[in-house]
Amino acid sequence: MATVHIENRPYPVKDGENLLQQCLSLGFDLPYFCWHPALGSVGACRQCAIKQFKDEDDKCGKIVMACMTPATDGTRISIDDPEAREFRASVIEWLMVNHPHDCPVCDEGGECHLQDMTVMTGHTYRRYRGRKRTFYNQDLGPLVNHEMNRCIQCYRCTRFYRDYAGGRDLEALALRNQVYFGRHQDGTLESEFSGNLVEVCPTGVFTDKTLKQHYTRKWDFQTAPSICVHCALGCNTIPGERYGKLRRIRNRYNGAVNGYFLCDRGRYGYDFVNSRHRIRRPAFRKQKDAPLQSATKDEVLQHLAELFSKGSQVIGIGSPRASLEANFALRTLVGPERFYAGISARDHDLLSSILDILREGSARSPSLREVELADAVLVLGEDVANTAPLLALALRQSVRRQPLKIAGKMHIPHWDDHAVREATQGKSGPLFIATLVGTRLDDIATQTFHGTPDDLARLGFAVAHALDSHAPPVPDLPSETGKLAHAISEALKAAERPLVISGTGCGNAGVIEAAANVAWALCHTGHPAELCFALGECNSLGAAMMGAPGLESAFGAAVGAGQGVDGNVEMPATTVILLENDLYQHADAEVVDRFLAAARHVVVIDHTVHQSSAEADVVLPAGTFAEADGTLVNNEGRAQRFFQVFVPQGDIRESWRWVQDIMTLSGRNKGAPWLNLDHLMAACARDIPELEPILSAAPGSEFRMEGQKIPREPHRYSGRTAMSANASVHEPEPPDDPDAPFSFSMEGYSGRPPPALIPRFWAPGWNSVQAVNKFQDEVGGQLSGGDPGTRLIEPEPNSRMNYFHNVPPAFSRRTGEWLVVPLHHIFGSEALSVLAPAIAELAAKPYLALNPEDAAELGLAAGASVLLQLSRNGGADRGMDYEIPVQLRAELRRGVAGLPAGLPDLAGIILPAWGRVAGAKKSTKIGEGAAP
Amino acid sequence: METPLTRNILPGEKPPDLAQYEKSGGYAALREALRMSPDDIMEEVKEANLRGRGGAGFPTAKKWSFVPMGEDAPHPKYLICNADEMEPGTFKDRLLLEGDPHQLLEGMIISGYAIQADIGYIFLRWAYKLAAERLEQAIGEAYRQGYLGRNILGSEYSLELHLHVSAGRYMCGEETALLNALEGKRANPRAKPPYPQVSGLWGKPTVVNNVETLCNVPHIVNHGAAWFKSLSRSGDGGTKLYGVSGRVKKPGLWELPMGTPIRQILEEHAGGMRDGYRFRGLLPGGASTDFLVSDHLDTAMDFESMQAAGSRLGTGTMIILDDRTCPVGMLRNLEHFFAQESCGWCTPCWSGLSWVEQILQGLEEGEGQASDLERLQAHARLLGPGHTFCALAPGAAEPLQSGLKYFRDDFERHVQEKRCPWR
Repeated sequence: MATVHIENRPYPVKDGENLLQQCLSLGFDLPYFCWHPALGSVGACRQCAIKQFKDEDDKCGKIVMACMTPATDGTRISIDDPEAREFRASVIEWLMVNHPHDCPVCDEGGECHLQDMTVMTGHTYRRYRGRKRTFYNQDLGPLVNHEMNRCIQCYRCTRFYRDYAGGRDLEALALRNQVYFGRHQDGTLESEFSGNLVEVCPTGVFTDKTLKQHYTRKWDFQTAPSICVHCALGCNTIPGERYGKLRRIRNRYNGAVNGYFLCDRGRYGYDFVNSRHRIRRPAFRKQKDAPLQSATKDEVLQHLAELFSKGSQVIGIGSPRASLEANFALRTLVGPERFYAGISARDHDLLSSILDILREGSARSPSLREVELADAVLVLGEDVANTAPLLALALRQSVRRQPLKIAGKMHIPHWDDHAVREATQGKSGPLFIATLVGTRLDDIATQTFHGTPDDLARLGFAVAHALDSHAPPVPDLPSETGKLAHAISEALKAAERPLVISGTGCGNAGVIEAAANVAWALCHTGHPAELCFALGECNSLGAAMMGAPGLESAFGAAVGAGQGVDGNVEMPATTVILLENDLYQHADAEVVDRFLAAARHVVVIDHTVHQSSAEADVVLPAGTFAEADGTLVNNEGRAQRFFQVFVPQGDIRESWRWVQDIMTLSGRNKGAPWLNLDHLMAACARDIPELEPILSAAPGSEFRMEGQKIPREPHRYSGRTAMSANASVHEPEPPDDPDAPFSFSMEGYSGRPPPALIPRFWAPGWNSVQAVNKFQDEVGGQLSGGDPGTRLIEPEPNSRMNYFHNVPPAFSRRTGEWLVVPLHHIFGSEALSVLAPAIAELAAKPYLALNPEDAAELGLAAGASVLLQLSRNGGADRGMDYEIPVQLRAELRRGVAGLPAGLPDLAGIILPAWGRVAGAKKSTKIGEGAAP
Repeated sequence: METPLTRNILPGEKPPDLAQYEKSGGYAALREALRMSPDDIMEEVKEANLRGRGGAGFPTAKKWSFVPMGEDAPHPKYLICNADEMEPGTFKDRLLLEGDPHQLLEGMIISGYAIQADIGYIFLRWAYKLAAERLEQAIGEAYRQGYLGRNILGSEYSLELHLHVSAGRYMCGEETALLNALEGKRANPRAKPPYPQVSGLWGKPTVVNNVETLCNVPHIVNHGAAWFKSLSRSGDGGTKLYGVSGRVKKPGLWELPMGTPIRQILEEHAGGMRDGYRFRGLLPGGASTDFLVSDHLDTAMDFESMQAAGSRLGTGTMIILDDRTCPVGMLRNLEHFFAQESCGWCTPCWSGLSWVEQILQGLEEGEGQASDLERLQAHARLLGPGHTFCALAPGAAEPLQSGLKYFRDDFERHVQEKRCPWR
């Protein structure tokens, strides 16, 4: 700590940090543009000018830029100095010389940092009489809109896009007052973090193109704190709704998780909520072979009562994308012994193994912020840029940890961004990436390694053995791999914060076990390591913590119940309740067909139509994340609450409420019914003690600030009395919310709520996203009151867990068969986001990737149509056939083929699997276009 | 009067080749320097009080002294010759580059040895085609003769030297922007600290010196600091290349003792004003220095006297304003140049200069308003040192603020008469 004198009064500051960050942290309103807490200082905009004095006797002082000046003990400054004020007003005037006066038609209007800073500095009247300079705007693709005339040349966009996120196709071009921030030509921005430009840009140059389709001003959004559902990282978001439509996602700062940024899948996937594929009304079949018919809530409940009164056995299938509460409700309805995780047995085994490793092993799972602090990393098997994009962004920061020390030795402060980058010359600390094929992180990798899942596992086992001879050795290891393993072990050993990353992405248990061995070998030899797993869905870990068996067991139970183990048909057929899940995504279509046919009744509770819901006898419309509350557990083991954003139209309800109704009408309520989410959570915490901390993930529904709820609508929300006047001039009463301490209205507490309940970042004078400063103790640090979320799993520091010993044999090619491995795509591999039109436009299309030599042997050129025959259950007898175009990937080993994971057209394929490949003759063709 | 820098230069003649240069005593200083320790050379240059000839006048030995030396010093270290001479009115380095390239090379090798540089670059203005040709040839000769490359003249010292021809922007003359340009990045300046001596080219210790500065070094080594100081008429050591452009009888460039008064340069060497033209003022050291007027004609052209008079020595190449040229028009021309050459990095420069240019343009076209003069006055102040990222805009503000001071009436006439009185 140091003392800085501001306007002759002493303030405690963090020694060596820059004065801008410290002044803002102290609560002073000092305007700025080019500085960003995550990007550091570059001194370009000159907006944060202050007066610095040599000592008490210096009355004259000199203008300095707060962002470029270190806060050292005894520093004396003035923010209020007339000369400094005048200069800051001049900077705004210079910026406004060319900035168009188009605020009324600008998407940024009302949440524009430039507007805020203009008002803050007091620049009011236009003195410039000349013409404003104009630019050509580019088409940057479906996500980001470009309006260059508004540019104030702060360089934040290219600094974020290139320096921070590793993008290459956005550049500062030309010079003087004509600097152009764009691509070399029109075209979709390549970076999967491009959407952050919308928030990084302090004005309206880069705006949300999907919002344009259904534009609404910031003050007209109804918002609530939420969690992204498009991968397992649990990034915090602020969805915004108006007129019953979800219109955009904004980042919700969480210092421990996503910080200031989101990936494009998380930002733009939201439009599935508005999809025409939504299930909006209940429906059921009167008879088994009758078509699904829409019904009212009462009718369908009546129908369900009849179904359940017949006393058939009921099994429930949960979902890794449904909340803990929804899963728990269904588990309670059917009983834990008849509750199944809605994932394949293979995924179930992988997740169980990961849970055991995290619960009982000695390596801790890091938060994303902690990943950024890791100074040596091994990525084993996971293409994180596609399966957990923000983890990739965090790794781009972690490779800077070791080089930062070079800058430190040269006495360059860590925030002096350009000086640090110059001194470190783009050097990257140790990052080893072992994956199936190349990844978008390879440009910063120390070394990459490509191989089959077993090869990757063997490399990991070899690293662990190199670290600790008690870990099992790897027989027949090629000397090159041995050398690499040694290099990796040395780099991890030398690090202060070594990190191992793996995951379920390549579908291989050995990879996960090898990663655990590496982390444990580090821990056991005095190098406490962190261990991070990327997982499939937003609640994969939470659902797994309920301990239910996988789908194959459910299939067994249904078939067993329906036909009897020994052909005895006296057992009643089973009724299946399927929660927010499409079985066809997780299992072979033929198996699912048989299962659904064998079931007596199939009840689907979900928000979106899919193949399973089309087969169902009863369909109940569920709320999406934006229409329900609940708790999700991210890959770190952090339980985080998401809150309902808006009241859906029609009969859409939280899935757990449907379950509750079924319980009531079928007389299965064991205790008192759950009247709200609190009751459900309390029951969950009681039944599953490991989940007990979820109660503290966020305050409960009874929570009040000064006796009031927190309003979902900001105090400037407009038109409330007129919104439904076309239907009735009587303004309806705001709906009640029994589940959350939020109101569906503008009324309520207008101050700063606790961190887990921040529905929007807004502060007096700070209308833009930069208002987040006012919600942090130290700008760029944690939210005041602590970053939201509760960790459920902590490691056992003195764990006696044994090393895994199942070292797989080396891969050997089969003649005439290929090992087909899953290749993930940020756009396409996740089922919900592809329903958003903007994401669908970018989604991967089916292909089969082959090694060029294999393809040549088969006589296939890139783009040629190929017939892929996947074998079931390891046998080559009855296969699934796919006709798809060939892509050549030189990194694929011979004898290995890559197939995009999770595409709608390729659903239900469990990879890796063996398959045959041949030039296509004629068969059913997989759709060339992306999903709707 | 001794003229060490230009002794080999004959206008219109080819420069001395290696043999001729050696014959005139060339590379003797290098042989001597290699027998000295780097510290001794630095000490000699310090004693000689050689100050940077690029415009800022920073003591050369002091600049070198910040380079980390010794076993632990990071390598490679770089010595860069700033030959990106693009200041309007300045053409002094061109004479040295075209007229005696070996003199520069010798200066670079000795200076490189003094800071133990491994690699040298000559960063040359794009338009200096002839200089490029002659430097290429001289560098080739020097390599062949063992003055460059591994183990120079059998010593332990090695220096690699490259000629880099700039893409042609004024900004590249700013030493840190030069480094960025050399690295292939945008020619934006860098914040200091860290200084180039600590983190320069590719993050390594680097010294950037002007052509004329480096050309002085061999002579200091040859003849000693005392001799060098004796050349000067002021506290700053050595001779200086002084240039005069504008409506004088004999515009040109002369090597004269440092501290020669303006009047002597203007009247004795440049022959005074052309007939029919009266002297109104001058920019003493290039476009980015403050105007001086007839009251200042007896001021010595050295760093300190110029500063005392309210301007800067700059590059020592003066531009004369006569009575038949509109001072507002002259300023418009200057500010057009600066606005055009702004790199676009900091707001006051990229936006402020363009506005200044537009106001001056408006005055010239008879569209001026009284408030325009206030705007100009404000800009002259707001674009001052410390307000901007580098010295470009403050340099542009110097002629603006002094122009407003000395030629206020002319500005006001533009507003009152709604036209340029010179048109």
